[in-house]
Amino acid sequence: MKVVNNKIHSVDGLGILKGRPAFTDDLFEKNSLIIKVLRSPHAYARIVKIDDALARELPGVEMVMTYKDFPRIPYTRAGQGYPEPSPIDKFVLDEYVRHVGDEVLAVAAIDAKTCEKALSLIKVEYEVLTPVLDFETAIDNKDIIHPEKEIHEMFPIGFEPKRNIAASYKMHIGDVEKSLSECEYVVKESFYTQAQAHVMMEPHTVNARIDYQERLVIYTSTQTPYHMRRIIAHALEIPIQKIRVIKPRVGGGFGGKQAIHGEMFVSYVTYKTGKPAKMVYTRKEVFESTYTRHPMRLDVTLGADKNGALKAIDFHVLSDTGAYGEHALTVFMVVGSKVLPLYNKVDSVRFFGDVVYTNHTSAGAYRGYGAIQGNFALESAIDMLCHKMGVDPVEFRQINMMKENETSPIFAIMGEGTEGTAMDMETCKLEECVSRGKKLIGWDDIYPRVDLGDKIKSVGMAIAMQGSGIPYIDMGSATIKLNDNGFYNLLIGATDIGQGSDTVLAQIAAEELMTTIDKMIVYSSDTDLTPFDCGAYASSTTYVSGNAVLRAARKMKDTLLQEAARVLESKVEEIDFDGEVFTSKSNKSITLIDLSNQLTYSESQQQLSVTSSYVGHKSPPPFMAGFVEVDIDKETGEIDIINYVSVVDCGTTINPLLAEGQVNGAIVQGLGMAIFEDVKYSESGKLVSNSLINYKIPTRLDIKKLTTEFVDSYEESGPFGAKSVGEIGIDTPPAAFANAVYNGFGIRIKTLPITPEKILFALQEKERNHHE
Amino acid sequence: MKVNLIVNNQKKIFECEPGDFLLDTLRTYNYLSVRRGCDTTNCGVCTILFDGKPVPSCSVLTAKANGHQITTVEGIQAEATKIGKHFGDEGADQCGYCNPSLALTVYAMKKELNNPNMEEIKEYLVSNLCRCTGYIAQERAIKSYLGDES
Repeated sequence: MKVVNNKIHSVDGLGILKGRPAFTDDLFEKNSLIIKVLRSPHAYARIVKIDDALARELPGVEMVMTYKDFPRIPYTRAGQGYPEPSPIDKFVLDEYVRHVGDEVLAVAAIDAKTCEKALSLIKVEYEVLTPVLDFETAIDNKDIIHPEKEIHEMFPIGFEPKRNIAASYKMHIGDVEKSLSECEYVVKESFYTQAQAHVMMEPHTVNARIDYQERLVIYTSTQTPYHMRRIIAHALEIPIQKIRVIKPRVGGGFGGKQAIHGEMFVSYVTYKTGKPAKMVYTRKEVFESTYTRHPMRLDVTLGADKNGALKAIDFHVLSDTGAYGEHALTVFMVVGSKVLPLYNKVDSVRFFGDVVYTNHTSAGAYRGYGAIQGNFALESAIDMLCHKMGVDPVEFRQINMMKENETSPIFAIMGEGTEGTAMDMETCKLEECVSRGKKLIGWDDIYPRVDLGDKIKSVGMAIAMQGSGIPYIDMGSATIKLNDNGFYNLLIGATDIGQGSDTVLAQIAAEELMTTIDKMIVYSSDTDLTPFDCGAYASSTTYVSGNAVLRAARKMKDTLLQEAARVLESKVEEIDFDGEVFTSKSNKSITLIDLSNQLTYSESQQQLSVTSSYVGHKSPPPFMAGFVEVDIDKETGEIDIINYVSVVDCGTTINPLLAEGQVNGAIVQGLGMAIFEDVKYSESGKLVSNSLINYKIPTRLDIKKLTTEFVDSYEESGPFGAKSVGEIGIDTPPAAFANAVYNGFGIRIKTLPITPEKILFALQEKERNHHE
Repeated sequence: MKVNLIVNNQKKIFECEPGDFLLDTLRTYNYLSVRRGCDTTNCGVCTILFDGKPVPSCSVLTAKANGHQITTVEGIQAEATKIGKHFGDEGADQCGYCNPSLALTVYAMKKELNNPNMEEIKEYLVSNLCRCTGYIAQERAIKSYLGDES
């Protein structure tokens, strides 16, 4: 292969680094109205009275929007396909505010200062209600967070708002209680994960204008332009054909921009006034008023027989979706569906629990959703079971984990929000991942620990799997157009959010058409111009959109061969094409450049353009093994991450450089969740960690070495053998790190993040217990 | 009020309010590579060179910059192209939102530090946060750029 699996520069990196206008706020219309939102100071309250007379009279104020201005149309901000598996529980504005930072009202004015002045002139009287701030007491709490009558589910998701339950689910295979009762070794533990923030560098940004066809044109930093168009049309009662959504360059998403946030206000203002408008979230708004990862409590019971074979897995999960139920069920189900099949040799599995509403910032999609929480719990518990049995945790995994050509009945039972899809693991190089990773980290030299004097060096590991899109639901498509002089346009709905999908998809098309990347001009995404794609989520772009691109490229090749056969007066099957020249059996030839110029200007003129779509029939999981080496100070608990080894099976790496970037970036985000990113709320429910001053993501000083390798693997159903690679990297760091801390100090920390303070307290407690 | 600045070696007169920050003024005057990331001077995305030194433009009052030299990535295009090629070689660019500011800081570091080691590079660039890359590819690219005498 000449283009695929080659270290090609991204198509856009240079221009963006040089500062070319690319992002949403580089592209707003001058003189746009500025929109700012008054946000709730209370965790839960009913708006009794709004006195906005002074603000409305303030020169420069265009509009004050309150809940009275919007029809009672519930929707979900989740940004999913239709029908959505999330509760339909949000209004553009509502009489109730459900978390600190929730939207009370919004103002549009000629500039930011006038907006702020207007907001300061508005007096809101609240009836302050008792919030539900502890998610473990949410179910059947006397305080009900969603009493409104219009909210509903689109299909059964276990939605019981009167009980503060956004979704619930249960499944079982075999009889877990019976299996556990027969097990020689059982561990039963509870784990807690926190509401990690995405912290994409570009805050949520949107602007809109009315074009000369009187249509609403929205530029927005989104992962899901087509879902955006559908949901805005629905919630604001705008005919969908009057809406065009353009996704410019997106400055990071990680799931946070799958959702609809400022788009509703901006669209409303521009549609009502005919004037351009824009909104850029402050960083505080990104923290408090978009959404986070779902915090969870995971109650895990594992059982093994006397030979050390894992026999039963029991998972009870309580998930906190915060004030609104975005991705409530889907994230929850992934805790099971993308984690539990790792150990497919068990007799029985049970997975059940609830997703509850609280008066915290809402939770939603975030890279590795569900999988990272489930992985932390399962892979921590596996190590605990191994220690109980006196078995090496790596060897235990090598015996009990998923192998190539095996399967798990869980795939058929559990999908994302619906039933799953049965599949065999036609590619699963987990065994190579584990053995190679073990070698790269120097496991045998360090495990479990090396005493360095002031510090202890230790290692820990975890294995993980992910998916590649949502089968039978998520569709991607691509259009390829031939231009004169023999270059192509690749038009895709798939959204490059920084992960490099424009480059990767152009590589796939260029490879199939045997051309070079500079002749495959890629454009994404514009709902008027590019064909439909569900968007960048669920690790779908390389696999689902990539397969659509490959099909389109094949169709273009067939079309080209037919045209060449016509010109060369030959049979199609007798034409040889090397990407530049068509040659017939009788040795007549024409170049692609000449053919394209003929088709454009002189003979049998026509535009060659093809479109293909793809929807997955399975979701082949990428697999990986993650190993961490850490030095931890005995006196201070200070953590020094020496090396993180990732050995990944993602099938073919379409672009090895960008694939490594996906893994490395995800590993560091995972380490952030494991160690640094502490989420703190005040007693009254205000998010304290609402800025980069007190919410710490890893800096470059925290990351010394990442060792990332890909094993040889070829997934037949993927484009040129590829599976996904966008999310898999984030899953292992919390468990691998927790296991390393145990291996170093014999302390087991089950609540994320595992900070130096927690390590120190656990050490002191261990010391005390030892003395007693 | 009127403020006299030297932006990318050109004399400019900008109209601004006394409380305006350089980040907003520069964006108003179409220096769009200067972008906002965090509001609290923690992320480094809005970095510009102020008399050659990297500073967050969200914390510099435009009025205070009167008479000073301001450099944005628009003013170091040839060097940015070089840096960008090394980034491309190493797969160091993802979303790129922070890359113009990182390129500026790398450019300033090259002038300020003589043959820095990796620890010194990390120290110099620590305020330039990145959520996409995990930093390692950036640092490989920066190291090779620093050694690039072309």
